[in-house]
Amino acid sequence: MSDPVIIGTKNKKGQIITDAHIMMNEAPRTPSFFTGSEVIKEAVRRANVNVMVAYPITPQSEAAALCGELFAEGYIGDYFRGESEFAVMSQCAGAAFGGARVFTTTAGPGTMRAMENFPMWAGSRLPIQCIVTCRGINSPLSIQPDTIEIAYLMNTGMLVWHAETAQDFYDWILKGYMVSEEPDVHLPLALCCDGFFVTHTKDVVDLTPVDMCLPPYDPYRSPVPCMDMECPPVRMMRDPFVMKSNYISYATHASWQQEVWAAAERSRKHTIAWLDGLIEIEDGDAAVLIISSGTAVSQGREAIRLLADEGVRVGLVKVKTLRPWPEEELREATKHASHIIVPEFNVIGWMAKEIKATIPRSERVVAGPRVCGGMTLPPEVIVEEVKKAIGMRSGVLAGRGG
Amino acid sequence: MSLDYVKFSPGFESFMPKEYRDMVEHGPFGKKTTVSQMGNFKEILEEHPMCAGCAMTLFIRLAIVAFPNPEDTITVGTAGCGRLAISQAAIPFVYGNYGDQNGVASGLSRGLRIRFGDKPKDVVVMAGDGGTADIGFQQVLHSWFRKERFTTIMLDNEVYGNTGGQESGMTTRGAVLKMAPLGKKFEKMDMVAMAKIAGCAYIATVVPNNPRRVESCIKKAVLIAREVGPTYIQAYTSCNIEYAIPTDQVMADAKAVEDDRYKFAEYVSEDAKAYLAERYGYKEFAQKPVAAITNV
Repeated sequence: MSDPVIIGTKNKKGQIITDAHIMMNEAPRTPSFFTGSEVIKEAVRRANVNVMVAYPITPQSEAAALCGELFAEGYIGDYFRGESEFAVMSQCAGAAFGGARVFTTTAGPGTMRAMENFPMWAGSRLPIQCIVTCRGINSPLSIQPDTIEIAYLMNTGMLVWHAETAQDFYDWILKGYMVSEEPDVHLPLALCCDGFFVTHTKDVVDLTPVDMCLPPYDPYRSPVPCMDMECPPVRMMRDPFVMKSNYISYATHASWQQEVWAAAERSRKHTIAWLDGLIEIEDGDAAVLIISSGTAVSQGREAIRLLADEGVRVGLVKVKTLRPWPEEELREATKHASHIIVPEFNVIGWMAKEIKATIPRSERVVAGPRVCGGMTLPPEVIVEEVKKAIGMRSGVLAGRGG
Repeated sequence: MSLDYVKFSPGFESFMPKEYRDMVEHGPFGKKTTVSQMGNFKEILEEHPMCAGCAMTLFIRLAIVAFPNPEDTITVGTAGCGRLAISQAAIPFVYGNYGDQNGVASGLSRGLRIRFGDKPKDVVVMAGDGGTADIGFQQVLHSWFRKERFTTIMLDNEVYGNTGGQESGMTTRGAVLKMAPLGKKFEKMDMVAMAKIAGCAYIATVVPNNPRRVESCIKKAVLIAREVGPTYIQAYTSCNIEYAIPTDQVMADAKAVEDDRYKFAEYVSEDAKAYLAERYGYKEFAQKPVAAITNV
């Protein structure tokens, strides 16, 4: 994957271009105490990024500004503030069309404003990485953690991963480029986390050496031509398809859409290798399973600990990638489960819907507990849901009177 | 592009498509072709699906012939009639989303500069009046304020032609069009003035019935955008369908509109004048020598 000629040489900032497998899996790690926003900066510092475009929206503004400091220090080739999220994503597209490795961040209403770009990125096979620090979407106005925007992103053709912790975030930013830039994938990645819970809390994260960086992006490994006019002068198109109402024009669009989704499926093998599987299972033989992604998984872990104290055995499945969706893995993991509890930070319960559509006997799925609009999801609420599902008596957490 | 790309690998000539052979043997790459030679070389834009009598198509042909370095030029556009022709040219055409051409061009221009350094890669936006002045307005203005170094060309037919004849911001006041059933209520937008305020280094208004002038403006605009700053060309490119201009009257209409609201005007910033004079030998912009001090 990495061009052996450049491995061991230095980039403009003096970092040693390192084989990504060695950098991520073998190089020594230094424990560091950082906020999620600072972790984004530290990952980008080591990612050999050419262009970043930024725009303020809570809760990603801090990370986007910290990347500006990286530019000032010389770690990013070019950086500027766009004029809206739609403009920013278009500017990212332009840079990627020109063969640059591109990074950006957004959140909530910004994700929605930018939305026209995401299917275009996927259709144009631009391996841009977009960090999504999820928050509520209007109306009413909310800047608080809420993962509803992921439901929209899952249908764009992008790869969509959902980090639970700052450590996930750090590793997956770097590994994400390695997956999305593979010639048989070459798709954008929406790397999501739960805003504030991950971005604004401090955690110990094991960082790779600061003098090592990823190999640079090679645009000539792209499955479509790079728009840099470094190619023979051929007409790429005759009779624009949009002008034709005939089978060939429909088939062209349809076959390319299928190819985009097939490319996302082809990312499985690379993702499984880099992330050690699309899901992570703890005590998978338990009859009761908690399944979710993001920080809902962390809350699930706490609930499992509380339930264990009461002698109730509950297993955990952490879903790491939403696109590609771990369909086979989830069928296998839930084969013996009698009850599947799906805690979520959004009102519609997209994770529960996906799981129900995937596994046989979907009545086993409890689509909750769900909170939204910034509400916290205490482990006790998950404990309550588990007990209710398996017919245990439990104390009332918050009564409505009477 | 290395001009080596526009050569055959020895022994492969007869196996190459006719189209490519013609492009190598008779195309403009690496040559100094001009609009007065049109008909004597293979143009980058040949076939197109545009309507008979389309002035926009003529303008696009002239503009592409005028590109100073077609072998290192990338065009960017958006929805509209123009892209149907531009996308068939033998140089790359980037189509992003509706009205985001100046955002895409900003990123493209910056990405190419990072990768190719001082080697010029010319980025040229060609979009319609709706794409530029309406849906793309914010990104157009901001790209100018940011002093992004690429050329923006508005193909102004004063209507949304591709979608069937709706009013745009560039339509003249009073015109009755779809979505303006009682006639347009406000004046044609003054995008030239806005380009000036936003700091474009070169601005020109042209019509397609003066090919040499079009060529001269495009060349200057593209060269200045390489280093000095954003450049803007606003071209009247009538829609003979939506405005019911008889095909044989299209050029007469262009002349009438030129006399009415599209008089040739050109603004060149002082920096751009000095740059053209010093770098590309434009004598008209060379500084006049200071008169020698003589003893009288």
